Amino acid sequence: MPDNLSASHKAASIRSRIRRLKFNDYVFSLVGLVCMMLGVVTLLALFTDLLLDGMERLNYEFFTSFPSRRAEHAGILSAWVGTMLVMLVTALVAVPMGVAAAIYLEEYAPSNLLTAIIEINVSNLAGVPSIIYGLLALGLFVYQLGLGQSILTAGLTLGLLILPIVIVATRESLRTIPREIREAAYALGATRWQMIYDHVLPYSRGGILTGVIIGMSRAIGETAPIITIGALTFIAFLPPPPFTPEAPYVSFEWLFAPFTVLPIQMFNWVSRPEEAFLINAAATGVVIIVMTLAMNALAIFLRYRIRKNIKW
Amino acid sequence: MKTQTASTRFARNPWVHRREKLIEAVLFLAAFSAVAITLAIVVILFYESLAFFEHVSIFEFLTSTQWSPLFENPQYGILPLVAGTLVTSAVALLVAIPLGSIIAIYLSEFAPHKVREVVKPFLELLASVPTVVYGYFALLVVTPLLQTLMPDLPGFNMLGPGIVIGIMIVPYVSSLSEDAMRAVPMSLREGSYAMGATRFQTAVRVVTPAAISGIIAAYILGMSRAIGETMVVAIAAGQQPNFTFDPTEAAATITAYIVQVALGDLPHGSIGYQSIFAAGLVLFLMTLAFNVLGHMVRTRYRELY
Amino acid sequence: MPTPNTQEHTAAPLKAEVKNLSFYYGKVQALKDVSMPITEKQVTALIGPSGCGKSTFLRCFNRMHDLYPGNRYEGEIVLHPDNINIIARQVDPMEVRMRISMVFQKPNPFPKSIYENVAYGLRVRGMRNKHELDEKVEEALRGAALWSEVKDRLKHLAFNLSGGQQQRLCIARALAIDPEIVLFDEPTSALDPIATGSIEALITELKEKVTILIVTHNMQQAARVSDYTAFMYLGDLIEFGDTDKMFINPKRKETEDYITGRFG
Repeated sequence: MPDNLSASHKAASIRSRIRRLKFNDYVFSLVGLVCMMLGVVTLLALFTDLLLDGMERLNYEFFTSFPSRRAEHAGILSAWVGTMLVMLVTALVAVPMGVAAAIYLEEYAPSNLLTAIIEINVSNLAGVPSIIYGLLALGLFVYQLGLGQSILTAGLTLGLLILPIVIVATRESLRTIPREIREAAYALGATRWQMIYDHVLPYSRGGILTGVIIGMSRAIGETAPIITIGALTFIAFLPPPPFTPEAPYVSFEWLFAPFTVLPIQMFNWVSRPEEAFLINAAATGVVIIVMTLAMNALAIFLRYRIRKNIKW
Repeated sequence: MKTQTASTRFARNPWVHRREKLIEAVLFLAAFSAVAITLAIVVILFYESLAFFEHVSIFEFLTSTQWSPLFENPQYGILPLVAGTLVTSAVALLVAIPLGSIIAIYLSEFAPHKVREVVKPFLELLASVPTVVYGYFALLVVTPLLQTLMPDLPGFNMLGPGIVIGIMIVPYVSSLSEDAMRAVPMSLREGSYAMGATRFQTAVRVVTPAAISGIIAAYILGMSRAIGETMVVAIAAGQQPNFTFDPTEAAATITAYIVQVALGDLPHGSIGYQSIFAAGLVLFLMTLAFNVLGHMVRTRYRELY
Repeated sequence: MPTPNTQEHTAAPLKAEVKNLSFYYGKVQALKDVSMPITEKQVTALIGPSGCGKSTFLRCFNRMHDLYPGNRYEGEIVLHPDNINIIARQVDPMEVRMRISMVFQKPNPFPKSIYENVAYGLRVRGMRNKHELDEKVEEALRGAALWSEVKDRLKHLAFNLSGGQQQRLCIARALAIDPEIVLFDEPTSALDPIATGSIEALITELKEKVTILIVTHNMQQAARVSDYTAFMYLGDLIEFGDTDKMFINPKRKETEDYITGRFG
């Protein structure tokens, strides 16, 4: 053990070593910051590059024209309409199914083998490559069920694809509702479903919405499964309108119409050797990226607000 | 009006009861769809693959180094596609593992709270950019950049898309690794700091070993992501099957091959059509293996604390 | 508040002096103007009800509060013989921690081998010589009365030890770096009575070589192991003195109430 003299000597040697170690800390902080900046800068560089390349095509005509053999006259009208319609079907598939599945797993499921199997499948599905969903859709929806290469098929496929995302997000959101709230509802004589419908669901809707938005933003950019089902890339017409002037005023023909979507349109143009079409591709990329980034930013904002407002 | 006795007032309302049961059944069906989807995937892949293997021997499929289903004299060896997939994934991991790990350590152990709050959403955005846009980036930005360093690099190659996939999965690897590191109890860090350790020493010698299985799981799940990535390679790696392990060459991956066939007009029921299901089956099994492995490694570390 | 009488102890050599120490978690003041001496190679116990600031006080000694933002010290803790104020901003917390080590409430061995746990502090200091490390590890394990139990399985994972063994391992880890002071933060609160007994015996043995500060909520423990006792309440130091004198004849009403269990 040190006596008084060696203690101060020891202190001096410790001090010089600490100085060296501190330097390591400093270096690593810098390296970490640089690595992270690499990510952020990549994102910015990517976006700037796309914007610069596609800028000249981003005008009113681009959004109101059909694809064309002449690059400067080509537009994304059929693609963005297709994207909107496919997203509609996707949401109608994924949201009710995903929320219902999450409610079952979180509120009803007994802890038994079947529940365990369902849970394993949900987490496994989240890791299945998107192109496999495309093969499923090709084999099942397109040929076995005869739905064809239609908006319905694409919407169903993407709906299944984002189902795990919606389920996981909804479950997390439901889990934040404290037990006391549930018990309070039961204590007033509510049934399980009344408790869920009147309390748990309304209080967790922000989190559910966030999950749905993130899922939809993933679906909007998905290309591989749509290509796999064999969606045409050259579509110079719009699907039939959902509303008709004569009775019964609504039509579901559009569900079975051929279509294209924005990422497919972009892929098509990227694969062309002509420079002019690359400009179109870049312009389409800007549109897609703005849509996904806007949706993600909204989701991040919502999550931030929920976290701030949480009271329990 | 009938007088209500206590027993009828407290009796179970049969209508309410039936409604509750019905709702539960509907919810169960929704949850069970996860199992149904998995089953459907497996059934479809096997069903079409079986038809494929009636024409092509499994032995040829697994050992031939030629994949030329569209030629006069077609060859069906999956190895070139598997090689292409592994090479691009390996390049991606060489980018994503160092970057992702450093970012995870930085965010979990070094970054002030404010920095973390600002940077993490940005990383999430990086992960949310559509893959087709990354493909554009790989073909028209990264490969030309690499060509200035390596003038012999062809326009289609596996290096550029590999790097881009790597950047794409960085947020995935870093956020999973960070989760694992943050699960390490504070008492361990305090134990290390109390010995006079610096942040870096604590991060590298205590936190990282304690979280190591979670970190390895992140790498494995990142690998699975890279294997399944489609658009980047379909756009920028070339679509010619090529049995090579040289990342500077052009080659097709399993996913790129499926895209290539799907873009063409192969009739339903032809061998070419069936071949994409056989290729898809291989892809499915590969990612499944990595996913299962990743989850196993991760659950093992959860037991530690 | 009245300043406790600290004069009578100055005859023994002091390892440290606490002078008007206040501590704030953000805006909340957790320690109020605490002053007391720490006598060299003696055991000083800190007692008091939960939330009285005794752990906060202890953690000032190796600057653990610096790990979390928003914490603030006022006053001085002067470490002898160098006569430096270890809570001064310009003093590096790492240097303080290399000289004053700590044993925590719950055993917190690193997920490494027994050997590597003890060697950790030495490696942090850059010691690489295998022979020297072996020697130091053995010495520390012997010092923590653990050597005979683990000498055949030094390469085993520390998690496989029992709770009491883990805590003695943490003590060995703290001893390996030749600390000048060892801080014990309720070291036996997570242990069974037998393990507690062996840790207490160890503490009594260790004071031959090193100055010890121990936080405990167990008054019998304070009476058994310590030479001096400080009674704290709501961030104030109420009474400080010889353990024997204080437990037999407390000067203040609050101390008496607490010691006799009539508190609250």
